[in-house]
Amino acid sequence: MTVSYDNSKIIFDGIKAAGIKSVSALPETWLGLLLQRAESDPDVQLVQVAKEEEAVGVAAGAYFAGTPHALLMQNHGFLGAINGIVSLAQLYHVPLCMLIALRGHWGEPYPWHTRGGIVTEAVLRALGIPFEYAREPAQVAKQIREAWTFSQSSLSPVALLLTRDLMED
Amino acid sequence: MERARCLEMIYSELTDTLVVTIMGASAQELYNLGHRENFFYLQHAMGLASSIGLGLAMHLPAERVVVLDGDGSVLMNLGTFATLARYRPRNLIHIVFDNGSLLSTGGFDSHTTSGITDLAAIARGAGIEHVAAVDTAVGFGEAFIAALERNDLSVIVAKVAAVGPERYGMDLQLPENAFRFRRWIQHRKRATEQTS
Repeated sequence: MTVSYDNSKIIFDGIKAAGIKSVSALPETWLGLLLQRAESDPDVQLVQVAKEEEAVGVAAGAYFAGTPHALLMQNHGFLGAINGIVSLAQLYHVPLCMLIALRGHWGEPYPWHTRGGIVTEAVLRALGIPFEYAREPAQVAKQIREAWTFSQSSLSPVALLLTRDLMED
Repeated sequence: MERARCLEMIYSELTDTLVVTIMGASAQELYNLGHRENFFYLQHAMGLASSIGLGLAMHLPAERVVVLDGDGSVLMNLGTFATLARYRPRNLIHIVFDNGSLLSTGGFDSHTTSGITDLAAIARGAGIEHVAAVDTAVGFGEAFIAALERNDLSVIVAKVAAVGPERYGMDLQLPENAFRFRRWIQHRKRATEQTS
């Protein structure tokens, strides 16, 4: 199994088509090709963080600055960023458009990803974070645009879960 | 040296500057000097004040950003020094008031007490070129002026006494602070665009 080149391009094009100008991320395998594109695109500002919770702060700064911003992270990074999501984004009504690589779920061969994958949906529900699964390349650009729109109207974090069907060939 | 005194010294320079503070005493002492619409008080999410500052500075290169951090908060997000060093926003001044204490949560010693952990050395080791460590009011004032004039990412670690304000309270709800802070920035952006 390899990371899908074509679908990584579709997702990146979808991010740009949604009007997003800035992306914060912590690199992970499924997001690698996407981040390479972000890194080499002069129209997108990429901020690589040392830990995903930092990206919540960076995203808040971008929001205050008025620059459309998305966060790219693995679900384990999301789990590690929860205090920032709760006590900055939700507490202050700062929108977050999160694209989350859903590792450790259906078809996962690596044991170390599995617990995080199993609990991700339940944690999102517990936090009251609206989410959708992205499985179809033909749908994902629309889903990114809608995630963005909903984050801005609800002033809330929203999550688009990037699944194995989408991310691997 | 008291943090409140340091804040008094720099307050007049913060008129047109985006200021992000951490929770508790730092936020309250700045507020007590007189709230301004360009002040954002991060009353929770410890560690992220400097990350917000980075996001502001990178996306608003024409604005100056000052972060008022503390030892307890920055110890929760030491990676921030490395991220700041990597992107090196020239318009960001990161002040860390180091009182060696988790003052707002009962005054327990932090790891910086008695010089065990040296935050300035950590900042330098992370790759930040301009790091000042000060423990007098004069030293703090000089370091801040130097940072203003430098036009490069600057970190000031200021040793201060573990004392805070007598009373806490703000006539400002947390989301209200966020909404107004953002509005102030957007108004200013539009005004700049119209004149340019």
